[in-house]
Amino acid sequence: MTRAAFAALLSHWVRNPVQLFTLLAGLALATGLWSGVQAINAEARASYDAAASTLDEGRYDRLVARDGAAFGQDVFVMLRRAGWLVSPMLTGDLDGVRLIGIDALTAPAGMGPVNLGGDVDLAGFLTGGDQVFANAATAPRLGAVTVLITPDLADDTAVADIGTVQRLLGRAGRIDSLLVLPDQPRNLPPLARIAPDLTLQPAQGSTDIAGLTDSFHLNLTAFGLLSFAVGIFIVHGAIGLAFEQRRGMVRTLRALGLPLNRLIGLMLAELLVFALVAGVIGVALGYVIAALLLPDVAATLRGLYGADVSGNLQLRPSWWASGLGIAFAGTLLAGGSALWGIARMPLLAAAQPRALAMAAGRRASFQLGAALVLLAVAIVLGFNADGLVTGFALLGTLLIGAALALPPVLNGMLAFASGRARSVTAQWFWADTRQQLPGLSLALMALMLAIVANIGVSTMVSSFRLTFTGFLDQRLASELYISTDSAEQTAALVAFAEGAGAAVLPIQSADLQIAGQPAEVFGTRDHATYRDNWRFLQSTPDAWDTTFAGQAVVINEQLARRGALGLGDMVTIGSLTLPVEGIYGDYGNPIGQVVLALDAFAQEFPAVEPRRFGLRVAGDPADFVAGLTAATGIGAGQTIDQAEIKALSLAIFERTFTVTTALNILTLAVAGFAILMSLLTLAAMRVPQLAPAWAMGMTRAALGRLELLRAVMLAVLTAALALPLGLALAWVLLAVVNVAAFGWQLPMYLFPLDYARLGGFALLAAVLAAGWPAWRLARTPPGDLLKVFANER
Amino acid sequence: MNAKALILCLLPVTSLAQGFAGLGTEVDGFSTPAPDPVFDFPADHGAHPDYRIEWWYLTANLEDADGTPYGLQWTLFRSALAPYEADGWDSPQLWMGHAAVTTETAHFVAERLARGGIGQAGVVADPFSAWIDDSALEGDWRTLQMRATGSDFSYDMALSATGPLVFHGDGGYSVKSAAGQASYYYSQPFFDISGTLNLPTGDVQVTGSAWLDREWSSQPLADNQTGWDWFSLSFDDGAKLMGFRLQQTDGMHYTSATWITAEGETTPYADGALQVEPLLTNAAGVPVHWRLTLPARGVDVTVQAVNDDAWMTTSVPYWEGPVTFAGTHQGRGYLEMTGYD
Amino acid sequence: MTLLIVDTLTKTYATADGPFPVLRGVSLTLEAGESLALTGESGSGKSTLLHLIGGLDRADAGRIMLDGQDIARLDDAGRAALRRGTVGVVFQQFNLIPSLKIADNIAFQARLAGRHDAAWCATLADRMGLTDHLRKYPEQLSGGQQQRVAIARTLAARPKLVLADEPTGNLDETTAATVMDLMLALVAETGAGLLMVTHSLVLAARLQRRLHLRAGQVA
Ligand SMILES: Nc1ncnc2c1ncn2[C@@H]1O[C@H](COP(=O)(O)OP(=O)(O)OP(=O)(O)O)[C@@H](O)[C@H]1O
Ligand SMILES: [Mg+2]
Repeated sequence: MTRAAFAALLSHWVRNPVQLFTLLAGLALATGLWSGVQAINAEARASYDAAASTLDEGRYDRLVARDGAAFGQDVFVMLRRAGWLVSPMLTGDLDGVRLIGIDALTAPAGMGPVNLGGDVDLAGFLTGGDQVFANAATAPRLGAVTVLITPDLADDTAVADIGTVQRLLGRAGRIDSLLVLPDQPRNLPPLARIAPDLTLQPAQGSTDIAGLTDSFHLNLTAFGLLSFAVGIFIVHGAIGLAFEQRRGMVRTLRALGLPLNRLIGLMLAELLVFALVAGVIGVALGYVIAALLLPDVAATLRGLYGADVSGNLQLRPSWWASGLGIAFAGTLLAGGSALWGIARMPLLAAAQPRALAMAAGRRASFQLGAALVLLAVAIVLGFNADGLVTGFALLGTLLIGAALALPPVLNGMLAFASGRARSVTAQWFWADTRQQLPGLSLALMALMLAIVANIGVSTMVSSFRLTFTGFLDQRLASELYISTDSAEQTAALVAFAEGAGAAVLPIQSADLQIAGQPAEVFGTRDHATYRDNWRFLQSTPDAWDTTFAGQAVVINEQLARRGALGLGDMVTIGSLTLPVEGIYGDYGNPIGQVVLALDAFAQEFPAVEPRRFGLRVAGDPADFVAGLTAATGIGAGQTIDQAEIKALSLAIFERTFTVTTALNILTLAVAGFAILMSLLTLAAMRVPQLAPAWAMGMTRAALGRLELLRAVMLAVLTAALALPLGLALAWVLLAVVNVAAFGWQLPMYLFPLDYARLGGFALLAAVLAAGWPAWRLARTPPGDLLKVFANER
Repeated sequence: MNAKALILCLLPVTSLAQGFAGLGTEVDGFSTPAPDPVFDFPADHGAHPDYRIEWWYLTANLEDADGTPYGLQWTLFRSALAPYEADGWDSPQLWMGHAAVTTETAHFVAERLARGGIGQAGVVADPFSAWIDDSALEGDWRTLQMRATGSDFSYDMALSATGPLVFHGDGGYSVKSAAGQASYYYSQPFFDISGTLNLPTGDVQVTGSAWLDREWSSQPLADNQTGWDWFSLSFDDGAKLMGFRLQQTDGMHYTSATWITAEGETTPYADGALQVEPLLTNAAGVPVHWRLTLPARGVDVTVQAVNDDAWMTTSVPYWEGPVTFAGTHQGRGYLEMTGYD
Repeated sequence: MTLLIVDTLTKTYATADGPFPVLRGVSLTLEAGESLALTGESGSGKSTLLHLIGGLDRADAGRIMLDGQDIARLDDAGRAALRRGTVGVVFQQFNLIPSLKIADNIAFQARLAGRHDAAWCATLADRMGLTDHLRKYPEQLSGGQQQRVAIARTLAARPKLVLADEPTGNLDETTAATVMDLMLALVAETGAGLLMVTHSLVLAARLQRRLHLRAGQVA
């Protein structure tokens, strides 16, 4: 019995290979999309981690020579033997690549972005084997050395053992800085006694960037979930259609005595086999997608798929498990409801289209009800969401609610159009479109979610980019940053700078509690730098004037939110109580900040002596530094050219933006394919519906054209509905999820041109998807159309 | 993953990946210990770069004025990537220093890593000096100065020897397996020690006895041996016992012992003479109570850790701490256990 | 033993306009090998009665004893077994499996019932004049041919009772006559009981007995 029944079930696919193909392709694409997004996500993370670890060098205090020049490594040994936990570094240029030499044995844990996997030749690395680590993009530029590829390094950067770097740069025995480990032993002898020529350069603090990247990671994770939702809709559509087509057969099988349990079991087994096959194809597809789309293929594949050292790729078991898990989960989720429908389907309710339509009608109103409830919840959450959980709940209710609402809304629009149609053809067109809608609705939902995800994510990414660039401009506005050793040096610096026409902006802060929150107070000098570059989220018209006059303060967003401070609220700093007149965005900073006028700060915190300064220099910063060194003895080692750091960080982030564009195109392509599959599957059902129109005098070519028009029109309507939803999604990500996770809101910018282009892509996807089915329909042999009449069902 | 952890993984002597079992790996190009050694002092107190691994290993049982017991460890390991020494960063000699202080309730650990060739760590035979960073053991072996620093403790000690060097196995040739793996192994177990422990709770003046082990080899374990349990016991009557048990993958063990009289005369005992049996394990599954029997000497004692949690949280973790024992004999000593992580 | 006993069977459908009684106490019997025609106006409940007897639906009250079993007592699986093995239904709409070839369609129910007999199937195909079409799919056959396949499929499983609901309703008169001849002959040969719904008095007359349903009762 089982074999005969199974053979009958399977025979359907043999007779309808296109349907089998669309089902498997739908499943495989959903899996592939998920896998590909995971790959791209991982790539984005890898590039951040590389950025973060390259910038990590700034996380530690450093010892450098006063003149910034290299010094002998004997100083390193002397410091170590005196108990100082320091690690030597030497940096130089090799073939245009920034070569960093480290001593892995003393470097701080987590520093040194070298991922020595597998059978690395340790002896070769440590003892003069000239092994250099670099990422795949940088590796070809390094000529005469053995390059080991690692995804953990930023572009244009290479890392090697310090001995190797000394040899490659021809600087034997020299180092140019010492990293100071955070956890030093007790009772260290003073630096001046052991290495009087060195000066301590305080850590730069990379929290700014770390905070921003964390936020971006979170948003990419949200995108990953979205892509999964798109995939589920596609799978759901494919499986739903596949079951719909076999309704008649299922009924016959049961009438002939196949028990329901057996039938369900068989169909489930069939589904699982499909899930397995499609899952395997999908994982492979994800691999291909990742390989094609990612700019840094080798690196990412290495990270994701666990390439061995020789460069052969292998798919990791965990990778398979995750991909297949998604295929099975998606199939069961989608197949579950289809099987449930079969289990409840009365044996006798004849498969009359009318009854079906009525059942569909009931489902539609239920769906509309569910959608309205979800959207209502979303609106309530939109006003009240204040945590990560509620933020993601808002995201979920909004998207699912909107997706469920799509078919009823489209149906309403079509009913409206059909009511106003004049010609018979138009009437038939609208009515026929409405009849088509249930079959296409899942694909359309997938398309809408894809467009929504694209609009949401590109808005988020572009807003992020604008904010980040602006933020860097604001925070790294000074051309030079200089730290001084002593009050005398400070005086000398100020004197020289005045003579050279440069502005000296002290960077000094004190830690204290404000409004019950930990915060830093900055004593800041009145300068155009702040007025020109800092952007307020809220402020009074003359916030800077009152602040620099010592009558007010400006605070960062974090402090405003956590301390519930608004404009006009008073804050107490020591003996001062001043009103807040401005709130500025301070992306990535974990704690609160207050900006206070320099004089007020000096009065309140007389013990704090400024040692770091931003310098606004009109000419070439290098000339300024040369003059400064000659005049005051403040060496290049005490100065930092921030332009370099800025350019480096921007280049690294740029890579991720490219990756998201690739992601956008991928999702749309998959949604387009979902439409193609649905249309192909529906094509067989279309013949009986079109036959009467044909019989009544419409040409097949006209019918084909109308089919195409219908698909395009549905896509346009869907895209139009998706636009506000996408913007809502972006808003939730930027203003709710981000605030909940990090305490600050990313400002949202709109990009109408991008949206127009996206709409264009969506249309193109729909045209490409509908083209072939329409063409096939236009060439349906008249005999097939006739059969509809000859052979009443 | 950071470079440091990974490089440590690959350190041949203390391989995290291979565990202590890595000591059973054969490596070409290194010298191997041969029977009937003739030692040349003070040269042999120094480093032997042509052997793969070597250590200067000092443990001490201390007590303060109130009689509260403390344990102290100072160790310098040498591990060679290649059988030679070279100047500068190209040196294939890697050094690892471990220091620890054990109280009845706490265990303080410090670890330092360095490369040879640049002066950050090394051992010079004459005048004898072994150091890594600011940790050092220096002197002429009749008297020694010793210090070490960690992030939450430090110590400064003076030692003076009251007996001769003793040689384990066959005149300092110590066999570790039935297949003949061996090391050169001698000790100075007769140190009086005194000095200051600097702990988070304050400075403590302590006195006691110390035991300094010297051992070097290139493949001290057979490839089926995964770790060891090593005991150094000082009997109240002045005699001492060094004994160890090597764990094998087949569940069998290989034991060896040296009986040392109060005057420093030694008797080696081959595999099987010493019996070592774990009685009780701590929460982490490491045995902290043992029964040791050496029938040839009428010894049957129960050994017990002073602090069960003397786990060395170093790149290669192991257990090392002070013990006391009772039974047919009484006294105190040190226990080291590897291969339990 | 009496093959089929139907005793005061009632069936009411719940509709939007309230309960709609279709069968109001129908009783009948059928001996093994006997043939019975069921006639009645459209909407009189003939198909409903047939479905109840075939175990495709459940009655509200009354009893159906089929081959000594009270089918009201059977669960879903039991009734599925009944449909596979004891009864065979010939539908008005043929209900062939479109993706199986004719040969496989004929053998299908016998296979489900676990009593496939290739020689018997070949005989049936031959008698039904389907030998040339065995490798075709249902959609490539005419209506009369398809109904002959459906009848062959039912008989291939050698049911004790054949239920037929206007088996020739979709066919033209000549074809209908041929198909009916074949069916009656073959049913008689297998010794199965036959309960056939028909509008045609001519056809009804060819069966041994005839019952007329009116307003949900046997007239
Ligand atoms: N599922 C159902 N729900 C409600 N009413 C039903 C249902 N199925 C059948 N009926 C009604 O029950 C009555 C009997 O239907 P049935 O199909 O048994 O009639 P019939 O005698 O076979 O008619 P015909 O000769 O036209 O086939 C009809 O009035 C029909 O409308
Ligand atoms: Mg009927």
